[in-house]
Amino acid sequence: MGAQMSDAVVVDNTVSAPGQRDQPLYADRVKVYPKRVSGTFRKLKWWLVGILLTIYYLTPWIRWDRGPGAPDQAVLIDMPNRRAYFFFIEIWPQEIYYLMGLMLLGAVGLFLVTSLAGRVWCGYGCPQTVWTDLFMLVERWIEGDRNARIKLDKQPLSPAKAGKKVAKHAAWLVIAALTGGAWIMYFNDAPTVVADIFTGSASTMVYFFVALFTATTYLLAGWAREQVCTYMCPWPRFQAAMFDEDTLIVTYQPWRGEPRGKATRRDPRAKRGDCVDCNLCVAVCPMGIDIRDGLQMECIGCALCIDACDSVMDKLELPRGLITYDTERNQVNRAAGKPLSYRLVRPRTVLYTLLALVIGGAMLWSLAFRATLDINVLHDRNPLFVTLSDGSIRNGYTVKILNMTRAPRDFVLDVEGLADSVMSVVGREAAGDGTIVLPAAPDGVATYQVFLRAPREVVSEEAMPITFELTEADGGEAVRRETVFRGPRR
Amino acid sequence: MVESSREMPTSSDRNSAPEPATTGHSWDGIEEYNKPLPKWWLYVLYATIVWSIGYYVFYPSWPWANGYLRGVLGYNQRVELEQTMVAAREAQGALLASIDAAELPEIQADPDLRTFAVAGGKTAFADNCAPCHGPGGGGQVGYPSLADDDWIWGGSLEEIHQTLLYGVRFGHDESRISEMPAFGAMLERAEINAVAEYVLSLSGQDHDAAMVEEGSAVFADNCAACHGEKGDGIRELGAPSLADSIWLYGGDKNSIVRQVTQPRHGVMPAWIDRLDPVTIKMLTVYVHSLGGGE
Repeated sequence: MGAQMSDAVVVDNTVSAPGQRDQPLYADRVKVYPKRVSGTFRKLKWWLVGILLTIYYLTPWIRWDRGPGAPDQAVLIDMPNRRAYFFFIEIWPQEIYYLMGLMLLGAVGLFLVTSLAGRVWCGYGCPQTVWTDLFMLVERWIEGDRNARIKLDKQPLSPAKAGKKVAKHAAWLVIAALTGGAWIMYFNDAPTVVADIFTGSASTMVYFFVALFTATTYLLAGWAREQVCTYMCPWPRFQAAMFDEDTLIVTYQPWRGEPRGKATRRDPRAKRGDCVDCNLCVAVCPMGIDIRDGLQMECIGCALCIDACDSVMDKLELPRGLITYDTERNQVNRAAGKPLSYRLVRPRTVLYTLLALVIGGAMLWSLAFRATLDINVLHDRNPLFVTLSDGSIRNGYTVKILNMTRAPRDFVLDVEGLADSVMSVVGREAAGDGTIVLPAAPDGVATYQVFLRAPREVVSEEAMPITFELTEADGGEAVRRETVFRGPRR
Repeated sequence: MVESSREMPTSSDRNSAPEPATTGHSWDGIEEYNKPLPKWWLYVLYATIVWSIGYYVFYPSWPWANGYLRGVLGYNQRVELEQTMVAAREAQGALLASIDAAELPEIQADPDLRTFAVAGGKTAFADNCAPCHGPGGGGQVGYPSLADDDWIWGGSLEEIHQTLLYGVRFGHDESRISEMPAFGAMLERAEINAVAEYVLSLSGQDHDAAMVEEGSAVFADNCAACHGEKGDGIRELGAPSLADSIWLYGGDKNSIVRQVTQPRHGVMPAWIDRLDPVTIKMLTVYVHSLGGGE
């Protein structure tokens, strides 16, 4: 065993092909020049780019009246005041689980879509894809299509080249600044913060984040592009775990295309497949890969190669779909001439759907029955209890009433589990019938110092469990909180 | 080339790209693909190293002959703390001035001033008072509780303020002074025993009923002048009530006998010479808020 081991760890040069060890460990980036393409999927993607960018840029400007004193921005995360608003929903910091629910829902939704139709998110919806599409569009307007850009990059620097480059980067920076500017509006009142930014009166934090998101947008969509998907994003590295034989993926159909070859006038069709090796699918690929190599980690499933290949098939008057969305199972079936079968209901799709339903249902349920009142009770620790001159025992509590509505409300506090106890609240007088009304301002936390006093003989234990019950004065919402009443050691 | 070593095998594999090169290493026949890292990634690493040099230049870093390298920014957390404290003091300035100008009942009546005074008093209490009176003013043997409803020198704002300013038995001209004689030298042991039983009876504790009558007489002759005929104390004299459940030096018989025989007397400093008037005012409002304020 020992001998085997020592043999094994010796680097065995003989099994390696010559020259392999000279391969560099760090590679130059091969710049991708995607060619313009038109077709069904390109059209769909332009629509999505338009819709998603519109949503992103316009959402902060939607107004939503919440009454006086409340922000009238429909979607707003108000950090200084610790509130998050989404149209009719308003959440407090302790309700951050809604955000976690949204993230879980997003993750499970992503799993479901990926197991059904591959990397739809990557190809159509991901901000990296959307902004890269936008930046490439601008690039194409200024520098021309693939061949013109390749030529331009090879040219020595000239005034014309410099002009184009400056124009492109300036346009990119403007878009990036608008992106960064829009981001900050989700955290500030949009009209106010825009005015502040231009008058120079916004906070350093605002300028910092606008600059940060401007820089990241410019770098990621302008320069990094496909490198983000291949080397920075974790999702491509494990999305294959959601794939199975029934997942629709962008597929080159080798049984139809191979052996590929140029069509010649003498022998247009004989002894070869439909692929004419025109390389258009490679030229349009924003990731710079060859889809004919099969499923690859780099492929974001944007389907632009389908559009490119279809346009060639149309010219050759061959059926479309040499590159198409298909499942691995049906590729085998088609190659063997067997009937096709599609399976949408699979254990993983059922599981993902159920998970999404459970999480979504739980969130809806909790939102529909969301309490607009809460109470926090803190038992005073110093001193734990006070002995009064008549021998009775007094405990102090800090009671916080969370009024999560936009209206002022009055509450009455009761205590259970302590006989003959007398309650007093600092700064509040008891009414004739002994009740003490505790007002709570709209959308705020009212803090009260509550003293509870009980005769010595009632306090039978060192720590007696008691319950505070807070009820709206007009008998509306009620909430209970358990705590203890402490007395001397017996 | 080993077919099973492909990642993500699919049926499309027959057209796949040529096998990537390996690093040339082989362990038990397992080879390592060489999938080169992009160079920019490496440059990012170098850039972060260069960035880190900035910290050495701008921020305090290495120990040095004269202490440590201070960095060109001269940044220092202690200085930052001092600046923060100064800024906080400035921010509090208006409220502190209002408290300085206002009478105690005015502070008590104004919710903002009262909240600020209670918060400020709480901090000052923790620094100056809590070592004896306990955090939260719960008191301990020999140091009265400030949270209960029994006051030796009075629990109104004015009385608390007075006690805070000049202290108790501190030697200041205005200090509150009371001194209980050492009855060990003046009374017989039996008399002390009897008066202790009588004092126990005042607060409704278990006692020897046979001795109450004698004790009552001793009390009337020796104690009532200060503690009152019924033993419920006289504040003007600083004589605590003996008829309630609150005891400064203990309420059991031994403690009472001891206090009668050889009384102990606590001392509280006069804070007028130690704290500024605003802090003392805030302390007054805070102590008043602890639950016993009158």
